[in-house]
Amino acid sequence: MSNKRPILSVENLTKVFGGVVAVDNVSFTVDEGEIFAVIGPNGAGKSTLFNMITGVLPSSSGNIYFQEKRLNRKKPYQIAQMGITRTFQNLEVFDNMSVIENVMTGAHITMKTNILTAGLRLPSVKKEEIKTMERAIEALEAVGISDLAYEMADRLPYGSQRLLEIARAAISNPKLILLDEPMAGLNSEESRQLVEVILKMREKGMTFLFVEHDMETVMSISDSIVVIDNGVKIGEGTPEEIYQNPQVVAAYLGDEEEEGVEAYA
Amino acid sequence: MNSKSLKLIYNNSILGPIIFFVLLFCVPLVSSSNYLFSILTMVGFYALVCIGLTTLTGYAGQISLGHAAFYGIGAYSSAVLTGTYGLNPWVAIIIGAIISAVVALIVGIPTFKLKGYYLALATLGFGIIVYTLFKELSTITGGSNGFFGIPPISLFGFEFITDTSYFYLIWIFVFFAILFTRNIIHSRIGRGLRSIEGSEIAADAVGVNLMNYKLQIFVLSAIFASVSGSLLAHYVSFINPDLFVANTSIFFLIMVIMGGKGNIWGSIVGAAMYVLLDEILKHYVPMLLPNVGGQFEIVFFGILLVLTLIYMPDGLVPRFEKLISKFKKKTPTNGALQSTISANATGGDNK
Ligand SMILES: Nc1ncnc2c1ncn2[C@@H]1O[C@H](COP(=O)(O)OP(=O)(O)OP(=O)(O)O)[C@@H](O)[C@H]1O
Ligand SMILES: [Mg+2]
Repeated sequence: MSNKRPILSVENLTKVFGGVVAVDNVSFTVDEGEIFAVIGPNGAGKSTLFNMITGVLPSSSGNIYFQEKRLNRKKPYQIAQMGITRTFQNLEVFDNMSVIENVMTGAHITMKTNILTAGLRLPSVKKEEIKTMERAIEALEAVGISDLAYEMADRLPYGSQRLLEIARAAISNPKLILLDEPMAGLNSEESRQLVEVILKMREKGMTFLFVEHDMETVMSISDSIVVIDNGVKIGEGTPEEIYQNPQVVAAYLGDEEEEGVEAYA
Repeated sequence: MNSKSLKLIYNNSILGPIIFFVLLFCVPLVSSSNYLFSILTMVGFYALVCIGLTTLTGYAGQISLGHAAFYGIGAYSSAVLTGTYGLNPWVAIIIGAIISAVVALIVGIPTFKLKGYYLALATLGFGIIVYTLFKELSTITGGSNGFFGIPPISLFGFEFITDTSYFYLIWIFVFFAILFTRNIIHSRIGRGLRSIEGSEIAADAVGVNLMNYKLQIFVLSAIFASVSGSLLAHYVSFINPDLFVANTSIFFLIMVIMGGKGNIWGSIVGAAMYVLLDEILKHYVPMLLPNVGGQFEIVFFGILLVLTLIYMPDGLVPRFEKLISKFKKKTPTNGALQSTISANATGGDNK
């Protein structure tokens, strides 16, 4: 990775819930085209961090910059329009729609139809619908569930719903995608498939920030890793550096060393 | 991939609506009962309100217990502008719709910050305020005595006076409202609205401006209710505030839920069910229980609403569609056809 340009900078970010400091003065920078992992034990504050970046939760202090623009106080939909989309740890598919409609809803910000042109169904609306439908099929093909396109989303098995959320997040061609535990609930075949999907999308220029408990995956696909424990950043670096960080090993990795290092190529 | 493929998701054929309305418009050929047409005309007025309300409640998942207010604003705008100021009824309808839209926008901005019960209460309160205004601004509205002498509507020299003429007039409006609304539902906008009901947090995360969408659809539904109220005023030629009490708002919601809140055709079915049951009640209850007062309607429909929510939460039309698709699935089909059926069930209205 030669010319590194930062895409997301988190500076001294803190979140306090009542008396609990869920995220404590965390800073890191994600470069364009990177696959960047955030790891840490349960309750470390990873999801809270994601919720602050995507505007779901206001931060207590600190700053977030996306391509030099400050994100604090922006609403989630505005952040999506700037080019950051996400998936959710606890699935949030639109269970009142079919799979393909879910993905087409992900393309919302790339479309122009408004309530009047829609109501009158102008030719431009129909054209846009067809184009979006084609793109949705492609997005579903990319994650390998295009055969389920016309099923109701809530009838999908858990793993497929995760893949659906990724297709929905990716169809608008965002610059940065946040994945909150994308492998949770996937079987090993689905996980392997998802890793391929992420690597392929990265080649197309997308940047990934993801939270994951599956160490093997984290070590094999990440360019950089940040380790959080109890809201505090306790380590940062490449997968190799993380393994050599005694504080991290003590706090988190424990006895998982061998398999992780092998997987890293 | 061509335009045919869109049919896998949405059935936009206008054949169904056309057949329905042609059949409906043939009714005068076989019957000339004024009673029948007064009933069918009332169904039309209610259906027009419910079509708007169902996009708000059924698709966007936002409750309103204040739509009688817009129905009333339309009616009083038309009454005052044509009756007092002699304006052309069509101009009055448009002005009424604009007033309703502006009121909806002003009321909607603070109100849609609320959710669930609070939203229901706020819209109910709004309805009561507007009702009180109809009653108290008596120099303009005639107060509790009502507003008399609203002139009939006319078009190219034809005066709408008979029940049959209003029957045609209102149902033409319903026809276009159905098409317009269905087009909205089957588009980016419809998905935006439904995503709010599906998951607000995910809708927000894909870039749907929730507030903006709620407001737009609230305004649209207010316009539908307003136009319906305007036409009603010309039809009955006399209106009073009691037509627009909170109960009316509640009845609108009951119609929407009975018919099927996520289905545009449910609006018509719900309105028809309501008018029919109401007529039966008015006829038989005084005969069977001579001591019962005028409040039995709200009790009856209240119970019906509760029963619907328990035993048929999706309402009549979706229930009916499920039966049909079950029946279809029994015949051997290939995979593609199979998914067409389930996709149609999804799209909601495949008439
Ligand atoms: N809305 C909230 N109100 C109060 N406390 C919260 C809230 N959300 C999270 N917390 C607390 O903040 C801390 C961090 O939670 P968070 O969900 O960010 O952890 P996490 O790292 O994502 O954990 P997991 O791996 O289990 O998903 C926890 O102690 C949690 O109880
Ligand atoms: Mg989490």
